[in-house]
Amino acid sequence: MKKQLKPALVTFLILTVVTGLIYPAIVTGLAQLLFPYQANGSLIVREGKPIGSILLGQPFDDPKYFWGRPSATAPFPYNAAASSGSNLGPTNPALMEAVTTRVAALKTADPGNEAPVPVDLVTASGSGLDPHISPAAAEYQVRRVARARGMEETVVRTAVSQHIEGRQLGILGERRVNVLVLNLALDASAQRR
Amino acid sequence: MTINGFAQIGLFFLVLVALVKPLGWYMARVYGGQSCGMDRVMGPIELQIYRLCGARATEEMNWKSYAVAMLLFNITGLVALYALQRLQGFLPLNSAALGAVAPDLAFNTASSFITNTNWQAYAGESTLSYLTQMLGLTVQNFVSAATGMAILVALIRGFIARTAATIGNFWVDLTRSTLYILLPLSVILALVLVSQGTVQTFGPSHQIALLQPVTYDKPLVDAAGQPILDEKGVAKTEATTATEQAVAVGPAASQVAIKHLGTNGGGFFNANAAHPYENPTPLTDVILILAETLIAASLTYTFGKMVGDTRQGWAILAAMLSVLALFVLGTYWAESAGNPRLTALGVEQTAANAPGGNMEGKEVRFGVARSALFATATTATSTGAVNSMHDSFTPLGGLVPLFMMQFGEVILGGVGSGLCGMLVFAIIAVFLAGLMVGRTPEYLGKKIETYEMKMAALVILIMPIIVLGFTALAVVTEFGTSSILNPGAHGFSEILYAYTSQGNNNGSAFGGLNANTPFYNLTGALAMLVSRFWLAIPTLALAGSLAHKKIVPPGLGTLPTHTPLFVSLLVGVVIMVGALTFVPALALGPVVEHLLMGAR
Repeated sequence: MKKQLKPALVTFLILTVVTGLIYPAIVTGLAQLLFPYQANGSLIVREGKPIGSILLGQPFDDPKYFWGRPSATAPFPYNAAASSGSNLGPTNPALMEAVTTRVAALKTADPGNEAPVPVDLVTASGSGLDPHISPAAAEYQVRRVARARGMEETVVRTAVSQHIEGRQLGILGERRVNVLVLNLALDASAQRR
Repeated sequence: MTINGFAQIGLFFLVLVALVKPLGWYMARVYGGQSCGMDRVMGPIELQIYRLCGARATEEMNWKSYAVAMLLFNITGLVALYALQRLQGFLPLNSAALGAVAPDLAFNTASSFITNTNWQAYAGESTLSYLTQMLGLTVQNFVSAATGMAILVALIRGFIARTAATIGNFWVDLTRSTLYILLPLSVILALVLVSQGTVQTFGPSHQIALLQPVTYDKPLVDAAGQPILDEKGVAKTEATTATEQAVAVGPAASQVAIKHLGTNGGGFFNANAAHPYENPTPLTDVILILAETLIAASLTYTFGKMVGDTRQGWAILAAMLSVLALFVLGTYWAESAGNPRLTALGVEQTAANAPGGNMEGKEVRFGVARSALFATATTATSTGAVNSMHDSFTPLGGLVPLFMMQFGEVILGGVGSGLCGMLVFAIIAVFLAGLMVGRTPEYLGKKIETYEMKMAALVILIMPIIVLGFTALAVVTEFGTSSILNPGAHGFSEILYAYTSQGNNNGSAFGGLNANTPFYNLTGALAMLVSRFWLAIPTLALAGSLAHKKIVPPGLGTLPTHTPLFVSLLVGVVIMVGALTFVPALALGPVVEHLLMGAR
């Protein structure tokens, strides 16, 4: 037993230094050298200030903006310092209540829209920070956004289709729209006019 | 279910199988002490470790010394990690000024990381400093994985050895696993992740202006940080408008890389691999799933190579992958079908332009197919990272991850420990076959006798006792039931999942359960420690006993263990043992909920 104590301590200390200090330091150094934009959070910078990240969603409930996935983070949605899902089970009455409220909010903001609501628009994402919605969820909101902005539906629809990201390498993941990037583009085009 | 979904799942299996042979061959050279290319970089560090350990540090050990060395090393890790969490407030690299972790939580987290479980009762970004994440968690991610690999190599040596007393040297196996296998793969993987968007920085969190300010109800707290309650006992809130938000970043990629390669699973952020800063794109998702299955799968080839018959390794891998494929399709089917109760509310869940299916707790970039594959792979291996919230899966979709763990983490399983478990099942399979024809069973030329069967039985029986025992305790006590989030049968599933996950060193969770209470922290820590080390010791005893035996040349009556017949027998034994033990418990949770969900 005693004979093994010294190797236990020595091995632990050296492996701690190698894997706990040298390894993260080397990876950080290489990451900052090779991929500084990604390593620091893929930030969108306007006039020297970060206004978002292309990887993180932001909360929207103004009719003139496309809305993203519902977010279950506390104390406010899309809190990027406390990622979280809702963890509500499929038969939990609280889930039914939440979905009912979200469906109602969408219909109130867009009276007369009788299309079925795409599921990703009324269910909370896993991280609470999901930056994307499906093309169907974007299409569902085109009429509302166009009306709120006083724009032609076709113009908004074109903006949406320009922001649809395909499957990676043609096969991986799902087709999607980055909500923050799309909303920024709409604001920019509104300013230009 | 879509053609693209099947294609994504099929692609994963193809790439995995293609990588098994090269990595398995490399690892066989590493454990055989042969030159492997990495010696030039890592050789000097390795020699320095042995030199500082003392002259006799690299002598061969018998199974008892091997077990003592393994335990001492892990106890050192437990103490160090506990101390680090308690003292983080006084230590550097703590840009968020986080204080000491509570004692019960620190004990649970330390047990969790030294046992390769990575159960997370804490929230990464708001509880642990960068220093604790690196010097504590990342280190244990490496060495707990290396410990599992060392035990496996010792067991394999038991099969190869002829009337020998020793099964190798723990310090050598541990060091070589870390320096030659885990470390180089992690550096490569971490950089690939960063190139896709995983963050890696020591800088503090960013303050970012929101495009649309958000109004919310902010809970009021008193000076001690406790919520202020009104007369009815409800927390008081005030309407607050946020115009900017703090975005947590940190050295995530380096930890995410090893958390998957070492089948650990503890995320840098609370949402784990659902967080876009951990798992930013579908490509990183594929790579993470490959990373968590790669070493465990390749070790089957290493095993075959070391015992001198690679067909033995392929047979084990075939058994593992056929079970995995079957259950991936099961989850995919259940999640694609979606939630009938949402359809009734006017929600479209079919996959036309949308990912469709049950999207609660899932990310759009992954959709249902990737989430189902991830959930099954993360529980088949003992990783336990999640890219979607298992608690919100449909009842049958959530049953699969539970069941995958309840097989005892042998369908790939943890690096090293998974194959150890599968080899124990192989011993049981040849024993059953021997009973049927009335012959002394043999596996790889070693006679399987009473002592081996006793050790194998211990390995199989301890886990269900821990899992079902603690679940029963929790559901009949206020301590246990007060943590439940979801009512009804689902609440039972949450508790069963918690102990299944900890009792099998997986680490994933039905996250709704509030696991950060003294009751869950302490019982969980006990479950993790017992199931890791109480299983490791009989496995090493088995290795020691096998090493003592002669190798019997195969005769006419020997059951060949590389044939499809044996693969089916092995799969049958694994599923049968798992099902017989856990189906009653599963019936009370997910099965009841499934029946209720359909009936209205």
